[in-house]
Amino acid sequence: MPLVNLRETTLRDLNRSLHALPPDTNETHWTVRHPDGRHAVAAGLDRAIAVEIEGHVGYYCAGMNALAQVVVHGNAGVGVAENMMSGRVHVRGDASQAAGATAHGGLLVIDGNAAARCGISMKGVDIVVKGSVGHMSAFMAQSGTLTVLGDAGEALGDSLYEARLYVRGAVTSLGADCIEKAMRDEHRAELAEKLAAAGLAGEVDPAEFRRYGSARRLYHFTVDNAGAY
Amino acid sequence: MSEPPRTRPRLSATFTPDVMAEIRRAAATGIYDIRGAGAKRKLPHFDDLLFLGASMSRYPLEGYRERCDTQVVMGARFAENPITLKTPITIAGMSFGSLSGQAKEALGRGATLAGTTTTTGDGGMTDEERGHSQTLVYQYLPSRYGMNPVDLRRADAIEIVIGQGAKPGGGGMLLGQKITDRVAGMRNLPPGIDQRSACRHPDWTGPDDLAIKIEELREITDWRTPIYVKVGASRPYYDTALAAKAGADVVVLDGMQGGTAATQDVFIENVGLPILAAIRPAVEALQDLGLHRTVQLVVSGGIRSGADVAKALALGADAVAIGTAALIALGDNDPAYEDEYRALGTTAGAYDDWHEGNDPAGITTQRPELASRLDPVLGGRRLANYLAVMTLEAQTIARACGKSHLHNLEPEDLVALTIEAAAMARVPLAGTDWVPGRGF
Repeated sequence: MPLVNLRETTLRDLNRSLHALPPDTNETHWTVRHPDGRHAVAAGLDRAIAVEIEGHVGYYCAGMNALAQVVVHGNAGVGVAENMMSGRVHVRGDASQAAGATAHGGLLVIDGNAAARCGISMKGVDIVVKGSVGHMSAFMAQSGTLTVLGDAGEALGDSLYEARLYVRGAVTSLGADCIEKAMRDEHRAELAEKLAAAGLAGEVDPAEFRRYGSARRLYHFTVDNAGAY
Repeated sequence: MSEPPRTRPRLSATFTPDVMAEIRRAAATGIYDIRGAGAKRKLPHFDDLLFLGASMSRYPLEGYRERCDTQVVMGARFAENPITLKTPITIAGMSFGSLSGQAKEALGRGATLAGTTTTTGDGGMTDEERGHSQTLVYQYLPSRYGMNPVDLRRADAIEIVIGQGAKPGGGGMLLGQKITDRVAGMRNLPPGIDQRSACRHPDWTGPDDLAIKIEELREITDWRTPIYVKVGASRPYYDTALAAKAGADVVVLDGMQGGTAATQDVFIENVGLPILAAIRPAVEALQDLGLHRTVQLVVSGGIRSGADVAKALALGADAVAIGTAALIALGDNDPAYEDEYRALGTTAGAYDDWHEGNDPAGITTQRPELASRLDPVLGGRRLANYLAVMTLEAQTIARACGKSHLHNLEPEDLVALTIEAAAMARVPLAGTDWVPGRGF
């Protein structure tokens, strides 16, 4: 149960220690105290360990995470879990812009709200936001799911590809080529699975959500769509 | 009685036949022209500079006997594992997707033989190019196609791409006909659709954020890997200063002659600076920060010969990058394929529809029957030969100027043939001591 106090240990030493763990490490549960808004805390992890961060973090916490389970007991700055490959990142507070940006896999859970561009350019990750998300969320989202229990801001899903968006609350507006789509049984099942993974099984009814996705009108460039680009 | 003389038919200098043909093409199709390569218009360039050579006041070095070193160390500012180049000529970023697998392999083989780096592109790193490139620079682009921490850690350097010379401020589009299953899989997108590449990074904006992004990449790679920042030449003084301040080990500056896989012709020809106009401001920015030679400057965009290399280095660059020239060395636009170029409505030397994937030379294509025309071993040998020739040419010039290392070349070794080039390169007009913009 290593405990690292970032007022006594440098960030570089913390991250190097986490990166140096062998695959069969016994040090599988780490606690980080006093992050004090530092950037790149627990970035680049690639072991199946748990890291609990007791406080607020700056930019890119758990960036490019693979395998690890990271919990932020506080708020997270820009780009939390950006480009995550696998594992789980859980923000107990709010998240700033670009949460889960370009992430390929794993699960990102945000208990509070997420600011603008949540899930921008996402490439396979599952994101569950218990609060609301800001404007341009899921911009150019390629694949994966974004589930929002609250509301979504302007231009949701602008220019998106194959990502699926589930929103329970109001959507201010949809972005270019993003349309509402029918919630079929397979979508309700998928949504129930994502909610369960986020610890919300039985607490939230998938039937309350609406589904949004790509109209696929921008998949091939044509001059008649120029106004939408 | 004979007819009175008539005014001779007169063609417009404004509405030239080429301009009128483009107007007709636009009217017929309703779409702007998309093409590959870089600016084709005539621009002030290295051809407008001359070396003075040694004379009474300068002592030359003996060709073939006295040393003229070419080695350059890249990325020693912050990275634990800097890169040592045997020649200051590197291979610019070009993607698997825009180029065939064989072409990428050939670039890796040629660069490895020459002791220099090659660079991935928008689409990620393939095992083949990693395997065939002794030192590989991994591009970190706005799209983040194929970006993953495993490849990040097996890269020898990371190049954060802000922009490129062909299209500063622009993203990209790889058209569906080049999106094979493999290319699509690497980019997490369905095969066959047009793939848009964003023009801005998704998770940071501006130089203050860039500093934090660089810190993250250094943390992920445990501060081992050099980090480059690539910009298109537009505001070179400020862009270079801001990249250096943000913590870059290396700044890559790409002029408008630098090629692209596919961009609007209007963008390529009308946005950005020729590389000749960008080098001195970038060098001055590093000098003002006390970081010249500490942060390496790589310049690109129309580098063709050892003379161009020597001129770029004399203006203060640490190294150069080649893209289009490397493809030509592999066989791009070779007259041997003239019949096929004509069938495509073009001619050898002018073929630039790289985005369409029909390259007879097998380079800018994903069609197996075309890509197989390029032998990667032979292509790598040709590229290595070309790099060796350019290096020898640059050394020849440097020795004639009395320099024992290419980096000892300096602006005082140069004069300009035109007022424009003199002003841009900040060297005297030939035969005068006049540097335009620097008073009389």
